Amino acid sequence: MTDSLEGTKPQYDVVVIGSGLGGLTAANMLAKDGYSVLLLEHHHKLGGLATWFKRKGGHIFDVSLHGFPYGMVKTCRKYWTREMADCITQIKGIRFDNPQFSLTTTYDTNDFKRTMQDYFKVPADTVDSFVTTIKNMNFYDEHTMTTREMFDKFFPGRDDVVRFLLEPIAYANGSTLDDEAITYGIVFSNFLSRGVYIFRGGTDKIIGMMEAELKKNGVDIRTGARVEKIVVEGGKVAGVVANGKTIKARAVISNANVKATVQRLVGEEHFSKEFAEETRKVRLNNSSCQVYIGIRKGETIDYVGDLLFTSVADKLDAQMLRSRNITSRTYSFYYPDIRPGSDRYAIVASTNANYEDWAYLPEDEYRASKQDLIESTLDALERYVPGIRNKADYVEAATPKTFERYTLHPNGTSFGTKFEGLRVSMGLNEQVPGLFHTGSVGIIMSGWLGAANYGVIVANNADKYLRP
Amino acid sequence: MTKEEIKTVILDIIAEIAPDEDLSDIKSDVPFRDQLELDSMDFLDIVMELRKRYGIEVPEDDYQQLATLDSSVAYLEPRMKDL
Repeated sequence: MTDSLEGTKPQYDVVVIGSGLGGLTAANMLAKDGYSVLLLEHHHKLGGLATWFKRKGGHIFDVSLHGFPYGMVKTCRKYWTREMADCITQIKGIRFDNPQFSLTTTYDTNDFKRTMQDYFKVPADTVDSFVTTIKNMNFYDEHTMTTREMFDKFFPGRDDVVRFLLEPIAYANGSTLDDEAITYGIVFSNFLSRGVYIFRGGTDKIIGMMEAELKKNGVDIRTGARVEKIVVEGGKVAGVVANGKTIKARAVISNANVKATVQRLVGEEHFSKEFAEETRKVRLNNSSCQVYIGIRKGETIDYVGDLLFTSVADKLDAQMLRSRNITSRTYSFYYPDIRPGSDRYAIVASTNANYEDWAYLPEDEYRASKQDLIESTLDALERYVPGIRNKADYVEAATPKTFERYTLHPNGTSFGTKFEGLRVSMGLNEQVPGLFHTGSVGIIMSGWLGAANYGVIVANNADKYLRP
Repeated sequence: MTKEEIKTVILDIIAEIAPDEDLSDIKSDVPFRDQLELDSMDFLDIVMELRKRYGIEVPEDDYQQLATLDSSVAYLEPRMKDL
């Protein structure tokens, strides 16, 4: 991989803009189909939000590794390699601690049913019928019910049950009660089938394996290559301009944010008025704050679970989840066995966050707020890891501004757009032939599994367009 | 293709998508997803493979026609008879 566009060919069948899991997977599928593919990434590393970073003292932090559904095993096997699939292992300690309940589950179907019946005293037939309902949902179904309405139907008056059901998905994908029920149901049932999984070896390993596979399949990969424009000629996609250089392509798959694709990269003038208007109406999902806590070499922490959903709020409230007055935090605990051969521990605390709360602060206030986020996180963590301030020797915080800088996503959105973004994403090729988008739209196509799978769906559509 | 051949085509595709599943005693009138661990992406793979291998486009509105082996064969037979 080089950091420039030196030596690129004048023309490719497909240019993929962005190397999130959707972009990577789409590039791989099309390269395997025999197309010439150029993959452009503005950052110096591949992966998008599937990323990691190293810090002095031997620390390594995974940004979004914590917990995907079993489907990722099948996705790696089907669209990548068996070797990748074999690195995926289950994490068994999914723990909740809040004023309404405190429990640990593996979050697979049997344990879920047992918890719902024994702990929450929900009748078995209600649980069964809820599970059956969500397992039969498809992303192409008509969507008329909100998640709130679905919960009201099965669990009226049970805001504790709703919290148990929604909180993990709210953190995984920014899901709220007001979103379409299928966007919740499909993701939840994906998890429920067999529980929660992680990639043994870390994010650096899976992205490294993907890079090797892409190269093997002939993909031309360029990092430090920022696309300024998607070129449209005669109403069709003709290529891209990246780092000031024009490169021709028969098709372009944008793994940038879908709104940014239409408005910044292509330009609204190339779309119908109605479509441009529909795109403007697509709501962005929220962003996140994270605090990365590195444990000093030689120190250990006791096993307290792999994923810990904590809150001091009396009830679950999506607005509150994103407020700067943080009451809810999710901790991902990374024990040494995540990276075989390592003896290091790391903890990543995540909260959903609003861009507006961080974007416009004066520099000194922004720094102070970040420090405040770090201090309050360590205080809150003390309850679960006594002596954390002595055990940790590196701490750093990320805000919506940080996510914006590294991903170029508008408002630093960490979960793409709401569900209506899917229609826009899928409709691009009808507006501008040869134009495609893959990336987080509408929760279902979000997260590691959703993003990779959406890359496959879009590669299939691009193949349909490119095939003579 | 004959009905039998179409049946083989579908089972071949499923065997490739879900290599861990035992397809030997699949019930042809019961939805795949009630007897196999197929999620919505596996199902889409069937649709995508039909296009790649045989050029058959199954529009979203018709996805439910592929719920069982019997209904799939009935749906695909007129579309695959000249292949």
